[in-house]
Amino acid sequence: MHKESELRPPLILGEKTWHDITEDVCRPVESKANKWWKIAFTVAVAGLLWWIISVSYTLGTGLGVWGLNKTVGWAWDITNFVWWVGIGHAGTLISAILLLFRQKWRLSINRSAEAMTIFAVICAATFILSHMGRPWVGYWPLPLANQFGSLWVNFNSPLVWDVFAISTYFSVSIVFWYTGLIPDFAVIRDRAKTKWSKRIYTILSFGWVGTAKNWQRFEEVSLVLAGLSTPLVLSVHSVVSMDFATSIVPGWHTTIFPPYFVAGAIFSGFAMVQTLLIIVRKVLNLEDYITIYHVDMMNRIILITGSIVGVAYLTEFFIAWYSGVEYEQYAFINRATGPYWWAYWSMMTCNVITPQLFWSSKLRENVFATFIISIFVNIGMWFERFVIIVTSLHRDYVTSSWTMYSPTWVEAGIFIGSIGLFFTCFLLFARVFPVIAMSELKTIVKSSSEGAKKKSNHSNH
Amino acid sequence: MSAAEKKFVYGIFNDDEVVVNAIGTLRSQGLKVKDVISPFPIHGLDHELGLARTRISICAFIYGMTGLSLALLMMYYMNIFDWPMDIGGKPSFAFYKNLPAFIPVTFESTVLCAAHGMVITFLLRSKILPGVEPHIIHPRMADDHFVMAIQVKEDTDLAKVESLVKAAGAVEFKS
Repeated sequence: MHKESELRPPLILGEKTWHDITEDVCRPVESKANKWWKIAFTVAVAGLLWWIISVSYTLGTGLGVWGLNKTVGWAWDITNFVWWVGIGHAGTLISAILLLFRQKWRLSINRSAEAMTIFAVICAATFILSHMGRPWVGYWPLPLANQFGSLWVNFNSPLVWDVFAISTYFSVSIVFWYTGLIPDFAVIRDRAKTKWSKRIYTILSFGWVGTAKNWQRFEEVSLVLAGLSTPLVLSVHSVVSMDFATSIVPGWHTTIFPPYFVAGAIFSGFAMVQTLLIIVRKVLNLEDYITIYHVDMMNRIILITGSIVGVAYLTEFFIAWYSGVEYEQYAFINRATGPYWWAYWSMMTCNVITPQLFWSSKLRENVFATFIISIFVNIGMWFERFVIIVTSLHRDYVTSSWTMYSPTWVEAGIFIGSIGLFFTCFLLFARVFPVIAMSELKTIVKSSSEGAKKKSNHSNH
Repeated sequence: MSAAEKKFVYGIFNDDEVVVNAIGTLRSQGLKVKDVISPFPIHGLDHELGLARTRISICAFIYGMTGLSLALLMMYYMNIFDWPMDIGGKPSFAFYKNLPAFIPVTFESTVLCAAHGMVITFLLRSKILPGVEPHIIHPRMADDHFVMAIQVKEDTDLAKVESLVKAAGAVEFKS
């Protein structure tokens, strides 16, 4: 059996047995919703309704209801798309990359982080469809024979790569998530009291029985899926960045984009995981499983990726000067000192300065401070995309085309509404799905829980 | 032998190490231990039971190679063979020249086919599908109990099997 040093902080607090884990994780699913859940759900659904109204108005009237113009043809739509896709990356990092690195602390948080990934990618996809203006022709980027001639899609175009990357990422994430859920649905199925919940969870659990062969295959499938998802998640944001990097717009045409976008994605994703889990652990009484140690570990990743992002910002600036390309130099000086200086400096403050506070272990282990900093990072990463997209576009090569961009209430509605969509999905998930991967977490009860550590301490003395 | 002819009795355990150790003990006493149903994967259980290594990762590799070939074939046919386009002075005239631009889609297609193919194979092969009725031997076998399936004959002395299984650490016996 796996042995672990007693010096390592326990991953499960309290002297939990396997059955305690089952009870604690199934409780939210089996009990009635509390007041806080109902309030949060009402607010989220209100946001969702606003989203429906704004999207319907856009599609019914046309893209003219947005604040876009001839010079700034992409703004909040793509900002929000990239922001949501980036947030999704943390879930895959936790479930795939940390699995390959055998980080056991992932086990308490992987399920909810993967759920966050899926809902975030759904939100991102809605922006792709709505920014087309005519979503009924949304099949055009697919490699289909069409009635307009023998033209096929252009596979040299990064926008076509993106269609493949995002759809592969979304479908593989769902499969990865669902495979892990099957044994946990079986636990709820076996405990179900009413006829209907029994029937529903029997269907959801696919008739799972944990025979030795099933578990052997299950573990192999998880491992190979993790191996496939790791390069996949790195490729997705690289491809997203190439939507910009392969263009010739000054400020976009930079080779640093793929690694810089991936680091930024993980950075923003972990911030969102913190925002969500700090609430979830409190509301669902999971503080023994999602411990201060987990919060600390995630804050360390935020610190590392935040520093990478900071270095990338400075490198970009240096290379703009060093390249000697006047257009590139102007784009960067305009970012920092032009009319959108406030967006640039919001980005710099939120993304470069605030995460550096995490060098202090007091702040890393402080839940309230973590929550506040995670909100700052979420805001900062939104501004990063806004700065990249809008400030690079709004001053064209032709001076007469120079213009400013400001969003209308419709764009604001779609953005805030998408947060409502995200939270509606997440709150429903927290009520009907097991939010912690029980069957996986049970494997570390004997090695990494507080109870096990006490026991082995006792036998040593 | 059909399933109807097989008869199983079950030892219920409440500890993973005990159940793994019991396999060897009971087998040496002449019992046919066929399977262990557990609430979570137990490291080394497949080895102890003598299960062959799963070949599902080989399947994944084959599916992945299929996805890779299909993607390259598709892009070759559409952009090089059927209708080469000249966009921005960068013509698509030769496959090898376009290959760098084809890598992202090739990679995504490889992952897509490998992941989905493997999971579908897993579900079909293990007969885990929506609508399948599970055979539940113990109400807490997905929670914290371990079920050992032992194959017996019609004329086996069940009382003796029960005493052996209980001596090996089982908390309950079901026939």
